[in-house]
Amino acid sequence: MNLAKRRVAKLKLSLIILFFILLIWSASKQTGVSLVELFSNLSNMGALLAQMFPPDWSYFNYVTSAMLETIRMAVLGTTFGGIVAIPFALFASRNIVKKGWIAIPFRFVMNLIRTIPELLLAALFVPIFGIGFVSGIFALAVFSFGVIAKLAYESIEAIDKGPLEAMTAVGANKLQWIFLGVIPQVVAPYMSYFLYCFEINVRAATILGYVGAGGIGLYLSRTLGFLQYDRVMSIILYTFVVVLIIDGLSNRIREKLI
Amino acid sequence: MEKVIEFKNVSKTYPNGTQGLKHVNLSIDKGEFVVIVGLSGAGKSTLLRSINRLNEITEGEIVIKGNSITRAKGKRLLRMRRDIGMIFQNFNLVKRSSVLKNVLSGRVGYHSTLRTILGLWPKQDVTLALSALDRVNIKEKAYSRADELSGGQQQRVSIARALAQEATIILADEPVASLDPVTTVQVLDDLKRVNLELGITTVVNLHSVDLAKKYATRIIGIRAGEVVFDGSVDEAVDETFDQIYQRSGKGQGAEANSR
Repeated sequence: MNLAKRRVAKLKLSLIILFFILLIWSASKQTGVSLVELFSNLSNMGALLAQMFPPDWSYFNYVTSAMLETIRMAVLGTTFGGIVAIPFALFASRNIVKKGWIAIPFRFVMNLIRTIPELLLAALFVPIFGIGFVSGIFALAVFSFGVIAKLAYESIEAIDKGPLEAMTAVGANKLQWIFLGVIPQVVAPYMSYFLYCFEINVRAATILGYVGAGGIGLYLSRTLGFLQYDRVMSIILYTFVVVLIIDGLSNRIREKLI
Repeated sequence: MEKVIEFKNVSKTYPNGTQGLKHVNLSIDKGEFVVIVGLSGAGKSTLLRSINRLNEITEGEIVIKGNSITRAKGKRLLRMRRDIGMIFQNFNLVKRSSVLKNVLSGRVGYHSTLRTILGLWPKQDVTLALSALDRVNIKEKAYSRADELSGGQQQRVSIARALAQEATIILADEPVASLDPVTTVQVLDDLKRVNLELGITTVVNLHSVDLAKKYATRIIGIRAGEVVFDGSVDEAVDETFDQIYQRSGKGQGAEANSR
């Protein structure tokens, strides 16, 4: 009996492994990926890297204003999105809004928005708001809304219901109940999600320029187009440093919050 | 004596058909220290929580100081709840907030919504909250975060919250069930002192017979949603508790039903 079970489990495992090998093989076949090509072209990659060094250090100065714009876009985008996310997260939580059907449309909107990648959002907003950082801010705001609202409503649903009961018992009305019972319990996780989203947004904002939504991405695409690989390298390095600093700071603050 | 809480033929049937309370008739006077005893599942919590309508009843009426809370709606219900403090088994404090903020939250019923949600408490409220903390001997913890306190201290904060409410009734639902014996005595001493000094009518759920005998002025025994004993501590002899806890054997109560 036990032996038979074990054999079935073994068979299952081998079938799963076989399935994945098949999946990878067929995917590479369809897309035309080949390891041979990768290795035979290694010299090209080397040549490209050689062109990237030394980086054009003077270019740092030139793109600083664009880099700052990138960070500003991330700050504003996260803030707008984060603010709009608050009421949505509250309305989507079943422990806040007792009538279950109210949560459904809010959750639907949240889920719908979360399926759209930020680059696509930016591409959609550029024709509406024109080329420049405004489109980028809106794209990031919508994206942040999706991320923060989802995470926030999940942590609202997980709060301790004891204080809520206590607030009901002291005769608090619904707003007082939310502000004194719910909000103090979710401020820290909310801030943490906000910062996490800001980190994502800084990274995302660096490529939004590709579709004309402002920031350093514009310079990245331009220098790549002109084959100025030394400048590309300095943009990459610059971005790397900025993202590293912001992630570090944000992580530090998030640790303090918990 | 002034009647503070009256149960008039109160029944509660849960949606699944279980009877939580069966035709309860009770009248509690001002200043009494009532302890409700019974097996877990007998309906003690249901009874207590129906007083401030954390639980709704399905039949009958509960009257608080002459006004029906059963029929109270909207603002009126909130106003009635404001005068009833509640102590919970798990303290139910906002753990991340300071002790003082937790105590001040008892004041929400006295001010405008805007003022309370912005936390703009008047000075006399802060003074009141601090003196409430002083009364339960933890004034020095006012600015600590609630989760830094021990269980017994947290429970005293929740008593202070009820005092800040200027409640005339305190309901305590198993207030010492998650405390050790020493802090149990401290918390019940606090409740008793508040009851005596301020004349706050107090209704407490306990499952310890010894504690009930020690603190109560009146004991109400509940079995399977029915009041099976109601009398002074002296009247509550061992046979009484045997009856409440069905120790004599073949009684069919909540425990038996739940199987």
